[in-house]
Amino acid sequence: MKRRQFLNSTIASTAFISAGGLSLTACNGTPKKHLTILHTNDVHSHIDPFPANHARNPNAGGVARRAQLIESIRKENPNMLLFDAGDIFQGTPYFNFYGGEIEFKLMSMLKYDAATIGNHDFDNGIEGLFTQLPHAKFNLINSNYDFKNTIMDGNVDRYKIYVKNGLKIGVFGLGIELDGLVSKKLYKETVYLDPINIAQDITKELKESENCDLVICLSHLGYQYNSDKVSDITLARNTENIDLIIGGHTHTFMDKPVVETNRKGKKVLINQVGCYGIYLGRIDFYFDANKKSSEGISIDV
Amino acid sequence: MRIKTTHFVTFITMLVFLSCKENSTKVYKISGKEIKITDSLQGIDSLKNFITPYRTHIEEVLDEPLAFSTTSLSKDQGELNTAIGNLMADITYEQSNPVFHKRTGKNIDFVLLNHGGIRASLPKGNISRRTAYQLMPFENKILVLELSSEKIEELIEYLVTNQRAHPICKQIQIVLNKDNSLNSVTINGESIDKEQTYFVATSDYLASGGDKMDFFKNPISSTDLDYLLRNELIDYFQKVDTIRASIDNRFYKQ
Ligand SMILES: [Zn+2]
Repeated sequence: MKRRQFLNSTIASTAFISAGGLSLTACNGTPKKHLTILHTNDVHSHIDPFPANHARNPNAGGVARRAQLIESIRKENPNMLLFDAGDIFQGTPYFNFYGGEIEFKLMSMLKYDAATIGNHDFDNGIEGLFTQLPHAKFNLINSNYDFKNTIMDGNVDRYKIYVKNGLKIGVFGLGIELDGLVSKKLYKETVYLDPINIAQDITKELKESENCDLVICLSHLGYQYNSDKVSDITLARNTENIDLIIGGHTHTFMDKPVVETNRKGKKVLINQVGCYGIYLGRIDFYFDANKKSSEGISIDV
Repeated sequence: MRIKTTHFVTFITMLVFLSCKENSTKVYKISGKEIKITDSLQGIDSLKNFITPYRTHIEEVLDEPLAFSTTSLSKDQGELNTAIGNLMADITYEQSNPVFHKRTGKNIDFVLLNHGGIRASLPKGNISRRTAYQLMPFENKILVLELSSEKIEELIEYLVTNQRAHPICKQIQIVLNKDNSLNSVTINGESIDKEQTYFVATSDYLASGGDKMDFFKNPISSTDLDYLLRNELIDYFQKVDTIRASIDNRFYKQ
C-alpha cells in the first residue's frame, strides 16, 4: 500500500515534470496563491481596550481582542504576515512602569513577524529600546537609520525576506528624521539617511537580485505633509519597486487603503490604521503564475 | 520507505517550485480594508490572564492616595489666572528650583507653562499618581531657559495680547489697565532690569516652539533638568497632605 502510494506520487510528479519540463507551464498545477498582510501602527502602549465611557473611542481596541481577530484570520489563511509600523511605546502607564517589556511580549505572543522603529520607541533612550530586545520574538527592521555607532548595531535588519507558500516577500523599513523630534540624548549616534535614496537602492535589490514577488515598506515617515517633508505619498511617487507602504506616525485614520502611482506608472498601495490599536489593517494579495505582466491588477478597496 | 517518499516528493516539489521562480508570480487582485476592534470580540483568555497582574499592580500604585484636595479645580475657573494653573506653576517652581540651583548655583526667576497643557481637572478628595497622569499625560520635562530682558518683554507682550490664563508662578506679577494695556510687571517684586538676564522654567514642548511662544527660541542658555512635569507633580503630592490653591492677583486687570 505504501509502495503503491510512493509509485503513484512518483509517477504523478514525474509525469507532471516531463509534461511541462522546466518550462513556464510547470506551474500550471497550483498557479494561484493568496497572501494576507495584517498590520498595526502607533499602538502607543494601548494594551487595554478604551473604557465604555471614553468620549472618542468607547469600547474600542485592546490587545486580547486583536489577538482573537488575528488568530481567526490566520486560520482562514495561514499564508499571513503581521507587521507594525512603529511607535509601539509610550502612551499609557504600562510603558512608564515596565518600559515596553509588556508591549514586546504581547506582540511576540500575537506572532508579529516584524516591526519598524518609530520616534517614540526612543523615549527611554536607545538603551531603553535595547534593554527590551530579549522580549521581542519578531524582527526589528529599519533601512535608513545607521546604528553603527550605537548599542543597537547588529540588532536591526536592513531588510528581511519572508517566504510564504513559495512567495518571496521583501520587507524594509523607513524611519522619520529624529533631529528636532527626539532629543539627541535619547537617539545618541543614530544617523538618519535619506529615505527615498535608501528605498530605491533596497527595493531594486529586493526585486531584481532577490526576485521578490512583493515588496513592502514599513514606514514611520507619516502619511502626508503640507511642507516638502518626505512622507508616504512622496515615497510612493518617487520610487519604482514598492507594492505596499504600511504607514504610521501621523495617526491617520483611513476609510480604505490609498492607491498612488509610482515613478514607473505602477500602482502603490498605502495603508495606515490611525493609532492605539483601534483598527487592524488587512491587505490581501492574490497571485497567479499564469497571468501576463501586461494584464492589469484589479484593486478592490 | 515512508520517509524516503516524503523526501522524494519534497524534491519534486522543489523542482516544480524552482521552475516557477523563473517566471515571477504575478499579482492579479488586491483587496484591502480596515477592521475595527470592538467589544464584539471577547478577547483571548490566556492574553487577558497575562495582562491582569501588570494592570493590577499599576492600578494599586496609581490609585494610592498621596494627598487630599478640599475642592475640585478646573482650568475654566478664572480669567487671567486659575487656581489649578497657579498650583501647577507654583509646584513647578518649588520642585525645579532646588535641582536647578544645585546644578548651576543660580535661581529660577519664574515659571511659564501653557493653559492648553492642563489636560484635566483636579478632583475633590484623594489625589493620587493617577491625578498627575491625568493632568499631565505627556512626557514633558522642565527646561530652564536664560533669556535677555528684551525676550522677557516679548514674553509679557505675548501674555498681555493673548489674555489667556497661561500658568505663571507667584514670583511674577502682571497688572493690566482696564483697556487691556500693560500697567506693571514685577519679577520677585522688582521691575524688569534691562541689564539683567532671567531664568525662566518651562516645558520642553513650549521651549521647542509650542503654542507659538517664539520668545523661547534661541535662549542665551538652556538647562535640561531631566525632570518630568508629571513627576514634579507626583513628588509634590507625596510631600504635602492637603492641596491648597486659589485664584489670586499674579495676573489681573485693574
Ligand atoms: Zn505615534
